[in-house]
Amino acid sequence: MSSQKIAEKPTSKNLIAGATGDWEVIIGLEVHAQVASKSKLFSGSSTGFGAEPNSHVSLVDAAMPGMLPVINRECIAQAIRTGLGLKAQINLKSVFDRKNYFYPDLPQGYQISQYKQPIVGEGEIEIEVDGELLKIGVERLHLEQDAGKSLHDQHPDYSYVDLNRSGVALMEIVSRPDLRSSKQAQAYVTKLRTILRYLGTSDGDMEKGNLRADVNVSVRKPGDKLGTRCEIKNVNSIRFIGQAIEYEARRQIDIIEDGGKINQETRLFDSGKGETRSMRSKEEAHDYRYFPDPDLLPLEFTQSYVDELQSGLPELPDEKRARFMKSFGLSGYDADVLVAERSSADYFETVAKGRDGKLAANWVINELFGRLNKEGKAIEDSPVSAGQLGGIVDLIGSNAISGKIAKDLFEIVWTEGGDPADIVEKRGMKQVTDTGAIEKAVDAVIAANPDKVEQAKAKPSMLGWFVGQVMKSTGGKANPAAVNDILKAKLGL
Amino acid sequence: MTDLTKLTIAEARDGLQKKDFTAIELTDAFVSAIEKGNGALNAYVLQTPEHARAQAKESDKRFAEGKARPLEGLPLGNKDLFCTNGIRTTACSNILGNFKPTYESTVGQNLWDAGAIMLGKLNNDEFAMGSSNETSAFGNVVNPWRRKGKDGKASTDKLVPGGSSGGSSSAVAANLCLAATATDTGGSIRQPAALTGTVGIKPTYGRCSRWGIVAFASSLDQAGPITKTVRDSAIMLKAMASHDPKDTTSVDAPVPDYEAVLGKGVKGLRVGIPKEYRVDGMSAEIQKLWDDGIAWLKSAGATIHEISLPHTKYALPAYYIVAPAECSSNLARYDGMRYGLRVNGDDLIDTYEKTRAKGFGREVRRRILIGTYVLSAGYYDAYYLKAQKVRTLIKRDFDEAWNTVDVVLTPTTPSPAFAFGEKSGDPLAMYLEDIFTVTVNMAGLPGMSVPAGLSSQGTPLGLQLIGKPFDEETLFRTAQVIEDAAGRFPVPDAWWMKG
Repeated sequence: MSSQKIAEKPTSKNLIAGATGDWEVIIGLEVHAQVASKSKLFSGSSTGFGAEPNSHVSLVDAAMPGMLPVINRECIAQAIRTGLGLKAQINLKSVFDRKNYFYPDLPQGYQISQYKQPIVGEGEIEIEVDGELLKIGVERLHLEQDAGKSLHDQHPDYSYVDLNRSGVALMEIVSRPDLRSSKQAQAYVTKLRTILRYLGTSDGDMEKGNLRADVNVSVRKPGDKLGTRCEIKNVNSIRFIGQAIEYEARRQIDIIEDGGKINQETRLFDSGKGETRSMRSKEEAHDYRYFPDPDLLPLEFTQSYVDELQSGLPELPDEKRARFMKSFGLSGYDADVLVAERSSADYFETVAKGRDGKLAANWVINELFGRLNKEGKAIEDSPVSAGQLGGIVDLIGSNAISGKIAKDLFEIVWTEGGDPADIVEKRGMKQVTDTGAIEKAVDAVIAANPDKVEQAKAKPSMLGWFVGQVMKSTGGKANPAAVNDILKAKLGL
Repeated sequence: MTDLTKLTIAEARDGLQKKDFTAIELTDAFVSAIEKGNGALNAYVLQTPEHARAQAKESDKRFAEGKARPLEGLPLGNKDLFCTNGIRTTACSNILGNFKPTYESTVGQNLWDAGAIMLGKLNNDEFAMGSSNETSAFGNVVNPWRRKGKDGKASTDKLVPGGSSGGSSSAVAANLCLAATATDTGGSIRQPAALTGTVGIKPTYGRCSRWGIVAFASSLDQAGPITKTVRDSAIMLKAMASHDPKDTTSVDAPVPDYEAVLGKGVKGLRVGIPKEYRVDGMSAEIQKLWDDGIAWLKSAGATIHEISLPHTKYALPAYYIVAPAECSSNLARYDGMRYGLRVNGDDLIDTYEKTRAKGFGREVRRRILIGTYVLSAGYYDAYYLKAQKVRTLIKRDFDEAWNTVDVVLTPTTPSPAFAFGEKSGDPLAMYLEDIFTVTVNMAGLPGMSVPAGLSSQGTPLGLQLIGKPFDEETLFRTAQVIEDAAGRFPVPDAWWMKG
């Protein structure tokens, strides 16, 4: 596998300098992504976010006596779609196991998860970091229940528990230890999140906790065998993932270089202090006593069901990027920017359809994204629709308006709305290409500035000044190329 | 008027239809019998006379309107493992305290939807763990049967009613209900039925929904009835069984009219006699009981075939790995956090420990410990995984057997009802009570116990029939032949009604 190659050939730029030489950092990620579904993995309760505590709790979620789990088919379909999106092995038979431990936010006293036989096996994710294309191995994807939430700040003596999340479906996506830098890890999570959002299988919203990562970090001298790893639990932003890795790698290097040993342990990332802290050691680790959940039969489905889901999958970011570059002649950079979100890519495609792709990309990326970013708006809330922006691009393409006027037009459409062609027509914004009118304006400027005419003869670059004056007197509507030609002729340049 | 409590379900059904008596009269007869007799037997842990009378009123209304349902107006007892909406359900454990579910078990709902009446909640071994009903938080249940003393008179020594459905078997035998719900994880319907002269069937795994029944060992638990006769058993199971989308292990297959097959006899039926069930030290009276059963079936036209179920001897040890493993996990939800008992401690762990130490009895704690141990890292393969392999082999033994026979006949228990304390000090002796019954649960097959004779002490003994998956019909028609030949075994003296 490609991952092996990466492991054996560290690129020097990823190494971290220590007192005793260079170090290589080895990273593996376990990403927990909430499945996009209306109801929970084994009950009909809503998965809605932000509801009153304990308002989305069924008898099953609260683990009342005699209650039994029933698999939510949609969650299974979402896991299969995700597996297909990761080009992974889909297992037609998988098993739900119980992971046993006690905690007040875990009503059953066990989490239903998949241990030995997950629904999705090996796959891969392609990332590009510093111009280097890397294939990162995905070991597996399995489905499991989320736990509830303990609230420790509601009462001086007691902790409260909110079970709204209890039983919500999560996909745990486990990477191979193929990542070699915090940048790569961030790129991996970013790409995974993009794929999930394209597929519609998870909204990947890290602020709501719908995507979080357990980060496994170890260090070694290049060529040595793997070092002891520490697992940093529940890191909930891409920025923090980077910070946690940087801190943790440095911490481990310092310990080893001081003659110490790394203890295998679970750590927490304190985002306030930017550091990781020990949570529990290997000795304190739980024995989860996994065994197949006897309340659930093995999960089985047919290849034709998988094929059916496959045929319904949308185009994924890698394919879309390649197609944008090929059919629209876009640069890799522009294509990356456009495919990062499915909604941006869709917007772009609507604008570019039947038009100059590069011009469309330029307008989407520079004008539209620039403006959206400035106002903190998402593309879904853009006041300028793809159809309107397409109209503006059409007017530029047909030479009806100049690029400068187009920017004014964009501003009008942004603030007032309306059909771009109508606006141009009604407000007289059309570019003047009538040479007679331009000649008149040129003549007037020449006549009013005899001294400049003299100067221009000695210094032809003065032409720019004349162009400016003519544009000014025509209110910017004169076709700049025509102005240039006429001025050159009249000035004898 | 005759004593209505002595009727069978079939008889009571006829009487109600013919308007010989009303549902209220029938219900009141049981309510007063329970009031009088339950003190001595402790079969009910909760009596619900008001609830019963309200249901009876509705039944009488339906009779008057000609809208009677299949079990209209028939008063039943309900094992305390079945959750009852708004009515205390404890599984006879302190850990559930005064827990009142907001839901009704599917099996219970099926019965009430069919018109049956609930008289109350029946005692059982705590969380259905036991074979003598000595582990209940509500105390022992007493068997209405008594041994013959040396002088030929009845002894007053108290005997166990079997377990875990001891309340069910005792109440049915003592006429404190027409029939009762029960559950069977390793023999908990069949063994108490055998020890009380009643009929008990554990249907095929998946035949009845487990939804709303407090779980002991999910892959083994099945609900079934304890009744006075084979016909009553057929009537009850028909009403209890259903496919339930809320239990994914319940099977989507039509439930036949079991009563319709009862007269069909066993002519040409191939009956298997497994040689491995002739265990060392089997008593002469059990051997004779078995021989009697063989003779009855033979003379009714069945053919008898010795068969081999080679992995039988591993069934009991494997069962005592699988069942505790599942129970250790199933009972984790009783943590004092959301319902039931909580004993506050110094911190969270202390609260868990105090709550569970106080809430669970000795036998339940023992099984949780065994289960936790066999699932632990490093032991899982040697115990749990191996036990599951044994289970596969036991199933295969039966699959082989079905090539040559249609039904298997064995004794239900190795011995008749025993006295309190006789086995409760020795868990292994108690576990051996299940030696003939656990294989059936391990293989997921239907099994039925039919009263077939009396021991030398004058107490009942049962024969067990084991059938192919979802072939309860063959069990019923075979059991009917045994019942016809052996006769019924009512308790000779209703001493518990004498105060």
